Amino acid sequence: MLVVFAMVVLTLWLVVVIFGPLLAPYGPSQQSSAVLSNPSVTHIFGTDELGRDELSRVISGARISIPFSFVIVAIALVIGSILGGLAGYLGGWVDGLIMRITDLFFAFPAIVLAMAIAAILGPSLTSSVVAVVVVAWPNYARVIRSLVLPAMHSDYVVTARLLGSSSVRALVRDVMPNVIGPMVVYSALGLGDAMLVLAGLSFLGLGSQPPTAEWGSMISDGAQYFEQWWLALFPGLAIVSVVLSLNVLGDRVRDTLDPRVNR
Amino acid sequence: MLALCLGITLIAFVLTHVVPGDPVAAALGPKAYSYPTIVKAYREAYGLNEPLPVQYAVYLGHLLHGDLGVSLITQQPVATDLLERIPASFELALYAMIIATAVGVPLGVLAAVRRGSRLDQGLTIGSLGGLATPSFWVGILAIYFFSYVLRIAPSTGRLSPEVFPPPQITGLYTVDALLAGDFPTFLDALHHVILPALVLALPSGAVLLRFTRSAVLEVLNNDYVTAARAKGLPRLSILLRYTFRAALTSIVTVTGLLLANLMAGAVLVESVFAWPGVGLYAAKSALDLDITAITGVSLFVAVVYTVVNFAVDLLYAWIDPRVVLA
Repeated sequence: MLVVFAMVVLTLWLVVVIFGPLLAPYGPSQQSSAVLSNPSVTHIFGTDELGRDELSRVISGARISIPFSFVIVAIALVIGSILGGLAGYLGGWVDGLIMRITDLFFAFPAIVLAMAIAAILGPSLTSSVVAVVVVAWPNYARVIRSLVLPAMHSDYVVTARLLGSSSVRALVRDVMPNVIGPMVVYSALGLGDAMLVLAGLSFLGLGSQPPTAEWGSMISDGAQYFEQWWLALFPGLAIVSVVLSLNVLGDRVRDTLDPRVNR
Repeated sequence: MLALCLGITLIAFVLTHVVPGDPVAAALGPKAYSYPTIVKAYREAYGLNEPLPVQYAVYLGHLLHGDLGVSLITQQPVATDLLERIPASFELALYAMIIATAVGVPLGVLAAVRRGSRLDQGLTIGSLGGLATPSFWVGILAIYFFSYVLRIAPSTGRLSPEVFPPPQITGLYTVDALLAGDFPTFLDALHHVILPALVLALPSGAVLLRFTRSAVLEVLNNDYVTAARAKGLPRLSILLRYTFRAALTSIVTVTGLLLANLMAGAVLVESVFAWPGVGLYAAKSALDLDITAITGVSLFVAVVYTVVNFAVDLLYAWIDPRVVLA
């Protein structure tokens, strides 16, 4: 039931990301004289301090927050797969070195390191994306390694190598298929985390800059106008609905894949 | 652990010195930056024109003396800036930890005992929600609701403007006020810390709930619990004496993770509540491109995090004698 609901929510957001401009009643930067007006029939989510329609901005923000979180996870996944795969596959000092590097990154709370990186690169959407990738890839490297390592010692891979398969072929054809399932789940959960850190950076002013509508910076704008609760409420609800749905799905799939969990 | 700490200094140093974004430009402002002589003098004053390895060696040498450099913005030693702000952050984190534990652990046990019930499902959704919610957003909504609509909680700072801080002993206003026997100040400080602590506790409480639930569930499936039940021992005593104690090891390990949560959350929550701690300092120095300050803060936070994780490992070994430390 909950899973169905989560899937419906995510599908709706997907529609919003694809068809956003067609669905939005106004342009995201279109100003009007109706400044800071309450949610009403003409402006369902109300308007901000420049008279911009909040619903249109939440829709426009979806087209930034969601795709960029995908980009972050995709890049982090590629970097993590290469390094984690190498670590698990080659073992020895390569493994040791790569794992020590990930240790260093884990020593920093993600948001603190991401903040420093985003600040140094200069506050912008691109900087914040790079910053989140830098803090996210070690997670993927760890997980990939932990999946590749046991697969390397499994009978079917040993057999394949005895039969004369090359190392790369064994890695790609025999190991990777067993790694993909768990990685998809992990990436779904990682997508939510990426979105939260990205929004956090924007909230602090280190991510996307005005007038771009991005959920984190919209909440930050809303914080300036406490009496106008709708300004902070709706972009926040948007974040929660996406991240919660991703977590519900990821959680359920993980439970299904994990035979130790009896339901 | 020492190697890890050294690595942390290297990362902090490399990050802040190799990538673009000229700290001198940020510190001097565009006008002063247009005079080459000023820029040159500034670089020399802060040793910014030496080769990077030399800068790093000098930096490490200073670190050994507890010197984190001088903040380009506050013009104070970063170590001094940090020391002034640590008690505020510690106090906030302490209350958040207490709230998270007091709520998360009992609810986790409850969810495990009533597994599959409506209550369990509700708590599971609630904890997932707690993890999916940006703390800065909850903070803003909490301020709107409790400070603006209900007017029952202050929205910013550690004390009301008319209240003087208690004489400093621990730096924790609530503790210091009690030590000084100043009950009104204690209440005021407590009043100020509750709302941000609740907001900060939310994700940690959610993590604890989920963790406690699965840890207790795992133990409940053991044969000795079934045996204890078969002997007719009261359920509560089984739960407290057999199950919870065995589950405690995994609950303790999660505290390391919890601390990361609290530190990460602190940056955002302190910004929302204008709580004058390390998190707010980090956010401000990041926005000001105050390179020395960012280096100092990240270094400090990472080292604390590493040391606490190490302590958690030791604690883990102490609780569970089967664990052998390498």
